[in-house]
Formats: sequence, structure tokens, C-alpha cells
Amino acid sequence: MISKVLKYSFSDLIRSRWSYVYLVFYLVLGFTLLFLNTNLSKAIITLMNIVVILTPLIGTIFGVMYYYNSREFTELLLAQPIKRSSIFLGQYLGISLSLTISLVAGLGIPFLIYGLFQSSVILDFIMLLLSGAFLTFIFVALSVNIALLNTNKIKGFGYAILMWLFFAVIYDGIFLISLVLFDDYPLDQFTLVASLFNPIDLSRIMILLKLDISALLGYTGALFQKFFGTYLGSFISFGTLLLWVIIPVSLMTRFSNKKDF
Amino acid sequence: MVISISNITKKFGNLTVLKGINFDLDRGGIFAVLGPNGSGKTTILKIILGMVIPQSGEVMIDGKVVNKSWGHRKGIGYLPQIARFPDNLTVNELISMIKDIRQMPAEEKVLIEKFGMEPFLNQKLSNLSGGTRQKVNIILTFMFDSPILILDEPTAGLDPLSLVRLKELIQQEKEKGKIILITTHILNLVESLADEIIFLLEGDIYFKGSVQELTKKTGMNDLEHSIARILE
Ligand SMILES: Nc1ncnc2c1ncn2[C@@H]1O[C@H](COP(=O)(O)OP(=O)(O)OP(=O)(O)O)[C@@H](O)[C@H]1O
Ligand SMILES: [Mg+2]
Repeated sequence: MISKVLKYSFSDLIRSRWSYVYLVFYLVLGFTLLFLNTNLSKAIITLMNIVVILTPLIGTIFGVMYYYNSREFTELLLAQPIKRSSIFLGQYLGISLSLTISLVAGLGIPFLIYGLFQSSVILDFIMLLLSGAFLTFIFVALSVNIALLNTNKIKGFGYAILMWLFFAVIYDGIFLISLVLFDDYPLDQFTLVASLFNPIDLSRIMILLKLDISALLGYTGALFQKFFGTYLGSFISFGTLLLWVIIPVSLMTRFSNKKDF
Repeated sequence: MVISISNITKKFGNLTVLKGINFDLDRGGIFAVLGPNGSGKTTILKIILGMVIPQSGEVMIDGKVVNKSWGHRKGIGYLPQIARFPDNLTVNELISMIKDIRQMPAEEKVLIEKFGMEPFLNQKLSNLSGGTRQKVNIILTFMFDSPILILDEPTAGLDPLSLVRLKELIQQEKEKGKIILITTHILNLVESLADEIIFLLEGDIYFKGSVQELTKKTGMNDLEHSIARILE
């Protein structure tokens, strides 16, 4: 039954104007970057900085928006012989997949045209798309949870944006301040653990470990490499990102099962 | 087919809507759930469907506990009080979507004809008038042959001719031995159709029985005055 729900919400979403705006944005971004610097590696690094901030933002906005705007569809489905979790999982997959497809197609097309397959950076590029996909699935799940817990649309939207702001900006701020404040203590473990709790940092580390440019790794990334080595480090960041998807999704089914419609 | 409701309580925040409701529907027939606005009629219907989760109590259909589950909705046609549909679909698309999801034989053609809906089939739902939307709601509810029908204010917004058609339809379904639960504020509909009344008041069942029994109990001449007497 999930597949039926997925089918209808996906077709609803890809008919929506916003999916195209998002796709076109990435197309323009990809072409512009490649036009400006024909060096694929450099383009990937610039893209990384955009993708790790933008995919969470778009995932967050689409997640809440779709939840509130598709209330009619949800209520209709709730009266049908479908398990509740299938309704919400189906819609969740619909949003996440359509956003991921926009990302992959939008960046993939320019890179293909500029000869990605002849270049050595194809794996780096795939890692970038994988991180973007992870962040999309994570932030859509988080924002759908927020929407499920807030009947009030305005509040739900506000909390969701705050959540994005927290992971994208505030978290690193608090982190830096605590590094300065607790300068005298050994902070390696603290730093490692702290980075696991922020999916944005985590995906940045995952990409940079793959790129293997030590100058860009930053403090956290360098620690990751020192502590776990490149392979284990990548593996750990991948696994933790997976947990970041699984936990919010299972919370989503729990919250939806308790809700009155 | 037997529906039995036992000890259902429901609170929304600190508002107690149902304080331990019990009733059995152990035969086919039309059961009218009555009560003032906000007395919990829609709430109890949604609890039977599993859309609202009660704090305690059970809904059983043929001896099986069904609240918290979903399979029993295969056998229920539900007409919601407020018909809300995905606005960007046409009537036809909506009907085929529900058929696709339910995967059961549907007889929508007869209903489309009965309610004169042919001209609207290719229109977007967002462009339909309130009464026309209600007809779509009726078609979606009645097009499957469900042994249980739950109708929450089915007459809302209908013109007199459609109202007559709806009455015929409900009567017809009753004759097939179905259990039909209906809420309405139109008492003449209750008088002409209902086999039994379930009257909700302040979270309890104030009365359960036939129209005659209710008028006898209150000592009034008709249903309207009986209900006015109860609510005074
Ligand atoms: N999801 C909800 N959250 C909070 N309160 C709710 C919710 N659903 C219903 N209520 C409240 O529960 C009470 C009963 O509502 P219900 O819709 O069951 O009444 P009703 O008998 O169907 O009324 P009406 O005749 O107006 O249709 C109302 O006070 C309503 O505000
Ligand atoms: Mg109601």
C-alpha cells in the first residue's frame, strides 16, 4: 500500500511548479559553476558548500509545506483501508524522492555534459549527491515530525525553520564558543561526538574525507581522519547519517499513530 | 454483522467529549446518532473508523477489536462531515484514485447518473459548488458495496431533489441488510428513515431507542419537540 500512496503523492509533487523551480535552480547552478571554472574538482567543492546548506533548507520547507497542504489527501486516505504508517511513509518517500531526483538531475546533467565520465572526480561527485540525498531524507523526516506535532501551520513552519537554522548555523556557533571557553581541556572526544549530532557537519566530513584534501578538512574533519582513518571515518559518518534517517522516520510512524484526525 | 462499542472515553486536551460510551448495533438498520453541536457525534464515528484514538475502550466488529487497526475499513463506507478533497484533481481522477486504492468492485456509474454528475466529471474539485462536492462525497461513499455505512451529515448542502435521491439510496442500502450510522440535524430525515436513535448528551448516551419510544419518554407529540425538551 505504501507504493500506492507514494505513486499519488509523487505524481502530485512532480506536477507542482516548485519541483521545477528547484530542478532549474540546480541546472543553472551546475552550468554556471562549470562555466566559471572548468576544473571539476573545484566546482565540486563550491557545490558542496551550497548543497550541505541548501538541501536541508529545501527539505525542511517542502516537508512542512507538503504536510500541511496535503491534509485533504491525507484525510481521504485515512478513511481507506490503509495502515496509517503506510500513508505517512508513502508521502514521506514521495517528497524525499522527488527532491532527490531534482538534485541528481539538476547537477548531473551539467556535469555529464562537461565530461564527468572521463574525469577522475566521478566518485567525489557521487559522494556529493549521496550526501545531498541523505540530507534531503533527514530534513524532510525532521520537518514532517514537527508538522505532525503542531496543528498550527504558522507555528509548525516557524519551528521547522528554526530547526534548520539550528543545524546550519547555530550549532557550529555554540560549538566554536565552547571550544574557546574550554580551551584548557582536551576536547578531541567532545568534538568527535558533537559532530555526530549534526547531520550537516557529518555530511560535510563525509564528502571531504572522500575528496581527501587535508587543507579543507577543518578541525573536525582532521580529527575524524586522525581518529578513525579515512575508511573507518567515512564508514562511521555514513552509518550515523543512516541513523539520522531511521530514527526520525520511526518517530514519524509513532507520532502519526497517536494523532487524531 | 455486529458493531459493539464498549466504554469509550475521549478527551481532547482537558475537554472530555465522551465519558465511557457503550452501545451495540447487532442487526442491519439505520441508526441515527443525534445530539447538540459539539456533543461528540463526529468523534464517535471517527473512533469507529480508527481516525480518532480514544483514551480507553474498545470498538469490536463481529467480535474482533478493530480500533487501532485498519483492515476493517475495507467494509466501511465513510462520508465525512466536511468533504475535503485534493483540489487539483478532477472528479474522474478522484474516483479512479479511490478505486485504485481500494481494489474493490465499484458501481459509480449508477450514482453519477442518479445525482446528475456527468457534466462535472472532468472539472477540478476546487471549482465545484458546495452541494456538488457533497455529491462527489456521496458517490465515493456509496460506490463500493460496504456492509457498514457511516454518514456524517450526508444532507449538507443538497438541493431538495438530491435529498430525495439520497433518501432513496439510503433506504435501498438498508434493504440489503447493512448497518447504517447517520448523524444529521434534519429531523424529518430521522423520522422517515431511522430505526433507532442514539442521543448523545454531555458525553453520555442520554437515550437509545426508537422515535416512538423517545416521544413517549418525553411526553411530546413529535421528535422535534422531544429533542427541544431534552435540550432545554
Ligand atoms: N481533533 C480535535 N482536537 C481538539 N478538539 C476536537 C477535535 N475534534 C473534535 N474536537 C472537539 O470535540 C468536541 C466534539 O466534536 P464533534 O465534532 O464530535 O461534535 P459533533 O457532535 O459532531 O458536532 P456537530 O453537530 O457540530 O457536527 C467539540 O467540542 C470539538 O471542538
Ligand atoms: Mg459533527
